[in-house]
Amino acid sequence: MGWIVFALAAWALGWLLNVWLARQPVTWWSSLAAPVIFGLTLLAVWEGVVRGFEINQVLLPAPTAIAARIGSSADLLWADFAQTVLKGALSGYVIGCGAAFLIAVAVDRFPFLQRGLLPVGNFVAALPVIGMAPILVMWFGFDWQSKAAVVVVMVFFPMLVNTVQGLQAADAMQKDLMRTYAAGYWRTLLKLRLPAAMPFIFNGLKIGTTLALIGAIVAEFFGSPIVGMGFRISTSVGQLTLDLVWAEIFVAALAGSAFYGVMALVEQRVTFWHPSQRN
Amino acid sequence: MRRTVVPVFTVVGFLLAFWYAAAVWLNAPWAYNKAQRAGESLSFSQVVADTWSQKKPKLPAPHQVAREVWETTAQKAVTSKRSLIYHAGVTLSATLLGFVLGTGLGILLAVGIVYNRTMDMSVMPWVIASQTIPILAIAPMIIVVLNAVGISGLLPKAMISMYLSFFPVVVGMVKGLRSPEAMQLDQMRTWHASRGQTFWKLRLPSSMPYLFTSLKIAMAASLVGAIVGELPTGAVAGLGARLLAGSYYGQTVQIWSALVMAAVLAACLVGIIGLLQRVMLRRMGMS
Repeated sequence: MGWIVFALAAWALGWLLNVWLARQPVTWWSSLAAPVIFGLTLLAVWEGVVRGFEINQVLLPAPTAIAARIGSSADLLWADFAQTVLKGALSGYVIGCGAAFLIAVAVDRFPFLQRGLLPVGNFVAALPVIGMAPILVMWFGFDWQSKAAVVVVMVFFPMLVNTVQGLQAADAMQKDLMRTYAAGYWRTLLKLRLPAAMPFIFNGLKIGTTLALIGAIVAEFFGSPIVGMGFRISTSVGQLTLDLVWAEIFVAALAGSAFYGVMALVEQRVTFWHPSQRN
Repeated sequence: MRRTVVPVFTVVGFLLAFWYAAAVWLNAPWAYNKAQRAGESLSFSQVVADTWSQKKPKLPAPHQVAREVWETTAQKAVTSKRSLIYHAGVTLSATLLGFVLGTGLGILLAVGIVYNRTMDMSVMPWVIASQTIPILAIAPMIIVVLNAVGISGLLPKAMISMYLSFFPVVVGMVKGLRSPEAMQLDQMRTWHASRGQTFWKLRLPSSMPYLFTSLKIAMAASLVGAIVGELPTGAVAGLGARLLAGSYYGQTVQIWSALVMAAVLAACLVGIIGLLQRVMLRRMGMS
């Protein structure tokens, strides 16, 4: 009973604190504190509910149990992280985004190809590409190469579509100005059209971050060596060691947020001139 | 219209040609291997013919996939477990349920975020953070846990679809509900409109273009969720189950035909929303 009261009290306290924060003038620390308080409140409620209703640890472990697990099997988590994220997701992300970028720049010189490729690319980007995973695992074997291939296929089309669209973003007046400067194709590309395309390119890069993680992890369900986050999740579910599964989820969420955050930071530095970055 | 049709067909034709070439390249080793064991030597045309008609090719040629799709849709009873339409139907039901739940949750959250400053400050960052969690990766766990609690069948898959589809709706609707200009909001105030009236007569109608764009993304995401949600259920039914069974038994033609079916399904669903969007926005005078 005490734990349920604790959960309710934590909820009320967190909410009141945030209501109070919302009434204050906005500063950088209050806009940071509000989501942090909300997150902590959720954790406290989770802990209280699990203990209060005595929910079986097999079904839903308490946050403290998960934290303990993260501490006790840090080596295992790191090995899985290196296999899935560093080897599979990152290499696939770099190859996929790089290839899509180069092809988009090449296609951009031929308006005919562009008009054909954009609808096809848009269509493919909406398809459940993740279904390619079993085929690619068959082709490239169980190790990280096949995971990287899945990631390449997943990030390629969103990146391609965004880059092609971005390269059309520079308007006619700006292009005319470049022509009056007697700038050739390459100089116009480097000085005007690529910078103008950056907001779109970063949109593609940011969409790719979560897709890359998802692709690398899901591909491991179709076959993997005995290390990796997807492998650990699927086997731990079978063994009902759900605290380990949650620990992997925590690592995945952390990696995903960090990956996205890094791209957002780079975007801020590169596209500082764009209206959405000014405040 | 013709400006895009010709280029699109050119690109698609090029992709098909590439596919056939890749099929020759990937399947040729097996063809040579077989011929060597039989003590024969193959001419180039024989190799090509063989690579396009193997039973378990590494990459099936498009016409093999097309034949498999035709045989498993048109020539099987819809209730048969070997009918792709039956499996697509199973996936479709989970997709639609998840889509409806996700859209409902998304709109509710968006209304809360637009009208409540506390929610805007504390919930919105978490909505964004929620998508950096690779939910598809934990789909197996969600399904196992929900099974243990006694929820099985459609709902666990739909929950995964819901989680994937609520996000684009929240983001789009928050943008849409905030899209009326200050001038328009002032106008509502001069008419002494209540908050409810402002919502129903100004904010909601002006959010419609944003809503439909988000719905298209949400639908595609929902289908992906349903397919992945079927993987850990032990390959019982659904397109995801066909993928898994195909990968267990090396039935590449089956995998590809399931993929084609998923693509057709996605195209139809997104197309229907696009059609609704055109009709609705025209009747509202917004297109």
